[in-house]
Amino acid sequence: MRQKEQSPPPSPSTRLRHRKHTKSQEVFPDVSKLNGGSNLLVDDQNKYRSMWVRTLSSLWMLGGVILILYLGHLYICAMVVIIQILMAAELFHLRRIVHESKRLPGFWLINWYFFFTAMLYVYGRILRQHLVNTVTSDKFFYKLVNSLFKYHMVICYFLYIAGVMWFILTLKKRMYKYQFGQYAWTHMILIVVFTQSSFTVANIFEGIFWFIHPASLIAINDVAAYFFGFFFGRTPLIKLSPKKTWEGFIGGSFATVLFAFMLANILGQFRWMTCPRKDLSTGWLHCDPGPLFKLEYYPFPNNIAQLLPWKGMWISPVQWHALWLGLFASIIAPFGGFFASGLKRAFKIKDFGDSIPGHGGFTDRMDCQMVMAIFAYIYFQSFVLAPGSSVEMILDQIERSLSHEEQQKLYAMLGQIFQDQKYGYL
Amino acid sequence: MDRDNGSGGPSTPSGPTARLRRRKGSTEVAPEVETNGDRLLFNDRNKYKSMLIRTYSTVWMIGGFVSIIYLGHLYIWAMVVVIQIFMAKELFNLLRKAHEDRQLPGFRLLNWHFFFTVMLFVYGRILSQRLVNTVTMDKFLYKLVGRLIKYHMVTCYFLYIAGFMWFILTLKKKMYKYQFSQYAWTHMILIVVFTQSAFTVANIFEGIFWFLLPASLIVINDIAAYIFGFFFGRTPLIKLSPKKTWEGFIGASFATMISAFVLANIMGRFQWLTCPRKDLSTGWLECDPGSLFKPEYYTVPQWFPEWFPWREISILPVQWHALCLGLFASIIAPFGGFFASGFKRAFKIKDFGDSIPGHGGITDRMDCQMVMAVFAYIYHQSFIVPQSLSIEMIMDQILMNLTFEEQRALYTKLGQIIMEKQFGES
Repeated sequence: MRQKEQSPPPSPSTRLRHRKHTKSQEVFPDVSKLNGGSNLLVDDQNKYRSMWVRTLSSLWMLGGVILILYLGHLYICAMVVIIQILMAAELFHLRRIVHESKRLPGFWLINWYFFFTAMLYVYGRILRQHLVNTVTSDKFFYKLVNSLFKYHMVICYFLYIAGVMWFILTLKKRMYKYQFGQYAWTHMILIVVFTQSSFTVANIFEGIFWFIHPASLIAINDVAAYFFGFFFGRTPLIKLSPKKTWEGFIGGSFATVLFAFMLANILGQFRWMTCPRKDLSTGWLHCDPGPLFKLEYYPFPNNIAQLLPWKGMWISPVQWHALWLGLFASIIAPFGGFFASGLKRAFKIKDFGDSIPGHGGFTDRMDCQMVMAIFAYIYFQSFVLAPGSSVEMILDQIERSLSHEEQQKLYAMLGQIFQDQKYGYL
Repeated sequence: MDRDNGSGGPSTPSGPTARLRRRKGSTEVAPEVETNGDRLLFNDRNKYKSMLIRTYSTVWMIGGFVSIIYLGHLYIWAMVVVIQIFMAKELFNLLRKAHEDRQLPGFRLLNWHFFFTVMLFVYGRILSQRLVNTVTMDKFLYKLVGRLIKYHMVTCYFLYIAGFMWFILTLKKKMYKYQFSQYAWTHMILIVVFTQSAFTVANIFEGIFWFLLPASLIVINDIAAYIFGFFFGRTPLIKLSPKKTWEGFIGASFATMISAFVLANIMGRFQWLTCPRKDLSTGWLECDPGSLFKPEYYTVPQWFPEWFPWREISILPVQWHALCLGLFASIIAPFGGFFASGFKRAFKIKDFGDSIPGHGGITDRMDCQMVMAVFAYIYHQSFIVPQSLSIEMIMDQILMNLTFEEQRALYTKLGQIIMEKQFGES
């Protein structure tokens, strides 16, 4: 399904604007002096020049994202994984740059070793069920895959322990502090990178909607905050990011919430977006979207109906959930950006990397997205998954794993328990 | 169950005695030893003086430990939580700099906020099923608990996000680097402390056996390594811990595996130790121990010497698993100790704390235990718990995860499915 170009662009062009209004101070340190000491974007004379560079790379990113969305779940996951690898590479590299003087041969290898162990563990867990569903046709592969997953946790654990032992055996006198620092930094990076990407991948397989909607909201929030700041910004928001303003923040919040409501309506109408993917195929999806995405007609009350050309609105239940997502995206997700800014100031670095021309590195682009992805997953698991679904899941398991006799036995046992409970209550 | 307490002989399996001996085998605590030219314990003249101090605190620890085991699962859990709080306190204090802290009021509070958030999350997950089983009798409490558990993940997430936002809002100019390092340090501590204690608690509720056996093996390994090093130690093992020797290491491995085999037999005969606890009660436990703990009788093979008193030995299948645990405890778990030693050298600290007279801090005692607890849990989940979905497992899921209404709904639907199958076949 193609997304219309007019709909507010997903991540890349917003990353453009986001970049502009948080980082301009660092990128053009002399601009503030040119503008008479004011940092606000409203007074920024050079904005058009930087805008052009960024627009170009944004368009390329936008095009890439749309293409990937069209291709489907597996390709989106591949994109997430690649972005993750690039982020980890930037962050590993960063720490080494900061402590340039000390080099230990083969130490960077330990970082990547832990990275791939974590990847095996995280994606193994998430894709376990999907992988099993993909190979159900072939008995041999089914058995093979099942036994691999049985020992998945042990395998990953031993790989990790081997890494720890390797680390301990390579400890060198007088370099202890540096090595332990690197070890801790590696773990923090892996946790940050993998938590959000694993939740993102889990969301994708629940339906592309749950990936693209939160991601777009972050982008839209940035764009909206930029525009409101552009036109109305006066009061600085927080010392960490001098270019952000309260006007931009509040205006952006309203715009984001409104937009979340409407975008949910639009996206919810495409099966490609709303159907969960139960296996690792790439074909077309058919499913019953469920009551969550069914549009219901709400007629306006009479006095309003007379003023407007429309008599009512079609609203699907998911749009109410979208309001909450929008609220989070506008109020709390920007703290991810503040955190990244603070981190950069603390370690006196300008950008996390320089992969994207005009923007910075991947981590610069993904800082708010990370907070949002985690929230989207948790929100989905807690509020959206219908209570009946756990019954469905268990019924699914029963049908798949138990033979007919075992099912009958289970039925009889359940009946017995209910009888006992009934008498127990008397 | 009361345990027979030989005073400090090598076969005493409980925690503190070995902690006593293991402590002796390190350079950090008895600096006066270094005046002797040769560092090996074999030539240590002052050992008797320090031994007395340690024996005293050891005996107290053993006594406390044994009474807790006798009291049961809930009290062991409480003990784990208390140990955890002390460990976290020691570690939080370790890298704090008093000067910076004075300028940041309330920063320590942030650490404890994160600590209690993680505690709520971890124990909430592990014990939610058991909590539900405890309150099944009271309808109102059952509903309340059910609702709390449903929103457990969201609650913990928002508590964490609140802490995160608090952290960002308290960032002070020129203190960024210190604050970010403290933040990272807090996360690392919480991960280390909670991973192992979460797994420990999960093990406890599967049966005290799975907590007691691994913990005892670590202790036995230490004692045996000490004794072998005492009598035969010549070749140093690793630069990080100069008092450890290869002879001690290898001798201890053999001793640990043999005692694992024997201990598993002894412990496996007590239902108090082998039965899983399905709820949060504290009463006596009765259960069918399962095939793992049923003795199998083997006739002694012909080549055994004449003086061997038994012609027939009974072996519990669990003893073979215990061999694997013993192997891990003797070969890999000591790396936890090396890691802690390296860490202390890196940051030039002598001990993690000074809670236990003659020993050091609680973290000093727990460093190897942590690695072992995680392994014991993973081993248990992968090799002991039956992996194929059996009727019992699905039954457990139904009873623990679903509310009454959902159980009845499942029952009805299952009945329908079975009916349809029967009609389809006839």
